[in-house]
Amino acid sequence: MARKIRVLIAKPGLDGHDRGAKVIARALRDAGMEVIYTGIRQTPEQIANAAIQEDVDIVGLSSLSGAHNNLFPKVVNILREKGAEDILVFGGGIVPVDDIPGLKKAGIREIFQPGASTEDIIKYIRENIKF
Amino acid sequence: MAKNIRDEFERWGKTTLNKAISKAPEREPSFKTTSHIELKRLYTPLDVADLDYCGELGFPGEFPFTRGVQPTMYRGRLWTMRQYAGFATPEETNKRYKYLLEHGQTGLSVAFDLPTQIGYDSDHPLSDGEVGKVGVAIDTLKDIEILFDGIPLDKVSTSMTINSTAAILLTMYIAVAEKQGIKSEVLQGTIQNDILKEYAARGTYIYPPLESMRIVTDIFAFCKDRVPRWNTISISGYHMREAGCTAVQEVAFTLTDGIAYVEAAIRAGLDVDSFASRLAFFFCCHNTFIEEIAKFRAARSLWAKIMKERFKAKRDESCMLRFHTQTAGCSLTAQQPDNNVVRVAFQALAAVFGGTQSLHTNSRDEAYALPTEDSVRLALRTQQLIAYESGVADMIDPFGGSYAVEALTDEIESKSMEYIEKIEAMGGAIKAIESGYIQGEIGESAYQYQKEIETKKRIIVGLNQFQMEEEPLRDILRIKPEVEQYQKKKLARVKKERNNTKVKETLAVLKKAAQGTDNVVPPILEAVKLYATMGEISDTLREVFGEYRER
Repeated sequence: MARKIRVLIAKPGLDGHDRGAKVIARALRDAGMEVIYTGIRQTPEQIANAAIQEDVDIVGLSSLSGAHNNLFPKVVNILREKGAEDILVFGGGIVPVDDIPGLKKAGIREIFQPGASTEDIIKYIRENIKF
Repeated sequence: MAKNIRDEFERWGKTTLNKAISKAPEREPSFKTTSHIELKRLYTPLDVADLDYCGELGFPGEFPFTRGVQPTMYRGRLWTMRQYAGFATPEETNKRYKYLLEHGQTGLSVAFDLPTQIGYDSDHPLSDGEVGKVGVAIDTLKDIEILFDGIPLDKVSTSMTINSTAAILLTMYIAVAEKQGIKSEVLQGTIQNDILKEYAARGTYIYPPLESMRIVTDIFAFCKDRVPRWNTISISGYHMREAGCTAVQEVAFTLTDGIAYVEAAIRAGLDVDSFASRLAFFFCCHNTFIEEIAKFRAARSLWAKIMKERFKAKRDESCMLRFHTQTAGCSLTAQQPDNNVVRVAFQALAAVFGGTQSLHTNSRDEAYALPTEDSVRLALRTQQLIAYESGVADMIDPFGGSYAVEALTDEIESKSMEYIEKIEAMGGAIKAIESGYIQGEIGESAYQYQKEIETKKRIIVGLNQFQMEEEPLRDILRIKPEVEQYQKKKLARVKKERNNTKVKETLAVLKKAAQGTDNVVPPILEAVKLYATMGEISDTLREVFGEYRER
């Protein structure tokens, strides 16, 4: 039997809106994945370190405070610096559509917007993490 | 009479109703509110037969205030129309305030950015990317001077959504009023100052709970004499509701927090009647119209009883639950954003039927960003339409006496009380937060709500039903990245121009007060007047109180 997909759900920056992050963490768990939730107010360094230590396959970043353009790419960069570029990074929250191309260029593989269903996210992870 | 109604009700059920249902069943096997209260098909006088009108409802402006806190309600004065606003720099936000006041807004409500709310200056590494984003950036008194420039603080009331750094913002407001020649005794407004719900839902805590509660009660004690017309706290259910809890949980969690504050203040040596009339509340108004109206009425009635029976308050004012309402941000959809205008209108109307003292209506584009000037004007116009055109403000508590609303009011009150008793048995709100119980309950409700949407048990128009192909909204408010540099430069200039020796001395006085039992607010006032920064003052208290870490 294949091992379970390991996911880190993280809240970078000072934003305390964690309803979405917690709902997604639980939905992924119910879908059979192993999920670690960082809690709020994490720096990009803390998130990247947690991703490496926990040996996750994928990191989901959530921000509703508008700091995504600063913080999301930093997580990707630190993972690269530490030789962990194989860990996929996706994001969600309040991210204007016009910011998405820049974030994708910076290495964030997918951005889920308000209204996305947990099913969409589960499907995305299953399609993109193959052992 | 009652017997006659019962007989008739039974007859109707067996004949007319039965005939209809056997031909065409109802849409659902049962109908429930968001708080899992099963709704009856029809409410009749039988549902309110036991209602003691004088004891349970009474008259407006009198205990238990179920029908409203003022004797004339909106016939006397309309609710305060108060749009929560703030973004980028104090200079830009000042313009927005003047715009809103020009268009008929009747009070101000300040949104601060996250560094300001968590006690970091704009040049702190953790402020990276956050400066001016979710609210206005404030580093020193200089920024508050700019924020309220040209706005007479003796004429407007100002609400500030500020919690762990509330003492700093309150004293900055007092200092800037003094510069306008206005004494603190006449200032009117509110600081949110509700730290407990920050641990439970909103997340802008700094210090551990007990140390935070000490600051809260220091503020109560300071304001009692120095700023007697100020609401020293706004005990908030809003953010817990936004985080996903139900209407009943919102009432229960808010009032248990209220109990914790009253207990803390009494323990700090304050007489209940010396501070209780300055406690204010803040609720959300969500989609389910009737349940929301009942919720507000239930909260008023329950709080009045708690204050009188449990805390032995003697003054009627101490038992009054006065509240601000904001429509539900989490109900807004990015899909078909114009639908949000309609959602907000219904929610605002329910808040008015619920007897709110002030109201914020969300804007259509807030699933995307902070609102543009045009969308916030439409949100304000929504309130004005309700106030001036609909006629609903011309009588008091028009839903009072509705069989359904009275039955639901009663049920929400008793279900909330059950929850409160459960939390009290755990040792009260602080213990229930520390153990993660409240957060767990909120999370569970949020997850169920999301599942209901995804399984289409709950229909959200435009999101999971009646969808259409559309272009995402692009004309949204964007905060320029230069804001961060601008604030940093201004902060550096202020630090260079102020008397740094005196700032250090005053911060040392603050540290000593924090280590001992002196009220921390007077030294904070001295420090802000000398242009000590948000970060410097907060760090001084961090050194003494330590920092809270989420469990």
